[in-house]
Amino acid sequence: MATGSVLDDRWYTAEHEWIAADGTVGVTDHAQDALGDVVFLELPEVGRHVERGAVFGVVESVKSVSDLFSPVTGTVAAVNKAVKDQPELVNQDPYGRGWLVRIDTDDQLQAGGHLLDAAGYRELPT
Amino acid sequence: MAIGTDPRSEDRIPVIYDRSHPGRRGVRLPAPDVPPLDEAALLGPALQRTAPLGLPEVAESDVVRHYTGLSQLNYGVDTGFYPLGSCTMKYNPKVNEWVAALPGFSRVHPLQPEETIPGLLELMASMERILAEISGMDAVTLQPAAGAQGEFTGVLLMRALIRARGEERHTLIVPDSAHGTNPATAAMAGYRVAVVPSNARGGVDLAALKGLLNSDTAGLMLTNPNTLGLFEDEILEIAEAVHAAGGLLYYDGANANAILGEVRPGDMGFDVVHLNLHKTFSTPHGGGGPGSGPVGVKAVLEPFLPGPRLQRDASGRLTWDHQRPQSIGKVRSYYGNVGIVLRALAYILSHGPEGLRDVAHTAVLNANYLRARLADRYPTRYDRSVMHELVLTLAGQKVRGASALDVAKRLIDYGVYPPTVYFPLVVKEALMVEPTETESKETLDRFADTLAAIDREIEEAPELLHDAPHATPVRRLNEAEAARRPRIRWAPPADPSGGPAAP
Repeated sequence: MATGSVLDDRWYTAEHEWIAADGTVGVTDHAQDALGDVVFLELPEVGRHVERGAVFGVVESVKSVSDLFSPVTGTVAAVNKAVKDQPELVNQDPYGRGWLVRIDTDDQLQAGGHLLDAAGYRELPT
Repeated sequence: MAIGTDPRSEDRIPVIYDRSHPGRRGVRLPAPDVPPLDEAALLGPALQRTAPLGLPEVAESDVVRHYTGLSQLNYGVDTGFYPLGSCTMKYNPKVNEWVAALPGFSRVHPLQPEETIPGLLELMASMERILAEISGMDAVTLQPAAGAQGEFTGVLLMRALIRARGEERHTLIVPDSAHGTNPATAAMAGYRVAVVPSNARGGVDLAALKGLLNSDTAGLMLTNPNTLGLFEDEILEIAEAVHAAGGLLYYDGANANAILGEVRPGDMGFDVVHLNLHKTFSTPHGGGGPGSGPVGVKAVLEPFLPGPRLQRDASGRLTWDHQRPQSIGKVRSYYGNVGIVLRALAYILSHGPEGLRDVAHTAVLNANYLRARLADRYPTRYDRSVMHELVLTLAGQKVRGASALDVAKRLIDYGVYPPTVYFPLVVKEALMVEPTETESKETLDRFADTLAAIDREIEEAPELLHDAPHATPVRRLNEAEAARRPRIRWAPPADPSGGPAAP
């Protein structure tokens, strides 16, 4: 079961990314806790096309290096510059100031297929 | 050395500049008896240095005491127990060092004519033959200088054979529990990496593997026993499936300590194997190396081995054969880390075939003894007996308030070198243990008692874990800050009075 806080106004991937209604993407509280202190992020440039379920970046912590998987197909509209300089924001505020990218997408944000709602993510076996 | 007594240092290891004093020097040279050169005229002003060098100004005794002091801060396998034995350091028997230091070996030069070193060439040929026998292979190269380079060499050999067959295959399969070097090696050799998941018993999921195999499969890289210390008991079926798809089997020899004299990679169906002499065969590593990663192959891969190769001429004399048209080329200057090969050969010959089998038996027995002693507090993820190592999951401790990292750091206070944590990734709060064959029952018992004591401390005195280590020259390092904003260069203090000379 996913530990840590899970927000009701987000959708989730089985790989522990979240996406908000405006297309903002980050990693979950469970993910930041499992990763440990994040020390480096490799994020795409604005304008890059990303595919649902495909790797769009890399997160490196003191424990491991993990791929980031895009919850939707679309175009990167914004990248969080603050988190590049202060990767600890991912640990401190994973659903807020620790956001990673915003993706312009035509995908429907709804549970089923690639995405889980908060209840589904809470029940996810980990 | 009195750490922390330097008023300028707070919890920091001294640097040689701390002892610097203007004008002090180790050697005073006489004034030159030839006219000095005019540097400015010779070099021109652009190449002339104007600022002082900023080198430490110290006497010989300062240098000796500083570096001897640093050496005394070391923890080594000659001073205490390493619970992740061969991965970090297995005990290095001193007879190995005696052999390698013999002048006939230590004072030869790689460019000296081969007819002047027939004894050394004979020993290298013996080592090739012995490693081939141990691994069940037909030919061995001693050239690769480390395990990872051995892996890279092995994968290049596979690629060369596949190309020579006129085939195009682009994917290498690795298990999800694999060493990180496996996918890295595959990627360096230009392969796509496909990951095969573990099954419920911690081994390769055979059905999933079969689903991944196709005409694009170059091969499978496998460690057996795997990083969880679990033997892949379906290895013959795995090998058959990979070969049926036209792929090759690569054996990562990192865990060969567990199988010496009992089972051979060649008999399990592997086509290529690397052996870490610095792990299995007790030579130094972990900063004290260099390493050595010989690669063994089945006959079909022999033409591609790095050159030159040892060959016997008509008179029975060993010479280097440089005519290797299909060779992948050299992977290391000269002939590899020969001094390490000699140490490993000394280790093998001092044990003999039965002794090597005892090494594996004792290593496996020790690991299972620790598993049984630790099971009530520190379970393993899979309820199976293990081979040479075990991976404890500290998920229970984490819930109670102490992470695997806390426990590892606390081990230091008890005089134990902390083993690898958080690997392999398939185990939560992982802590790896590999006692090896060299440790006594008393040492193992002390380690198990220590882990039990630390487990009790989680409730009794949690700050002891969170703040550990307590008795070391530096306290717990801020790993995140060190990775985010590393400070890797010493700079002089702002106030130079009483401090070292400013550069």
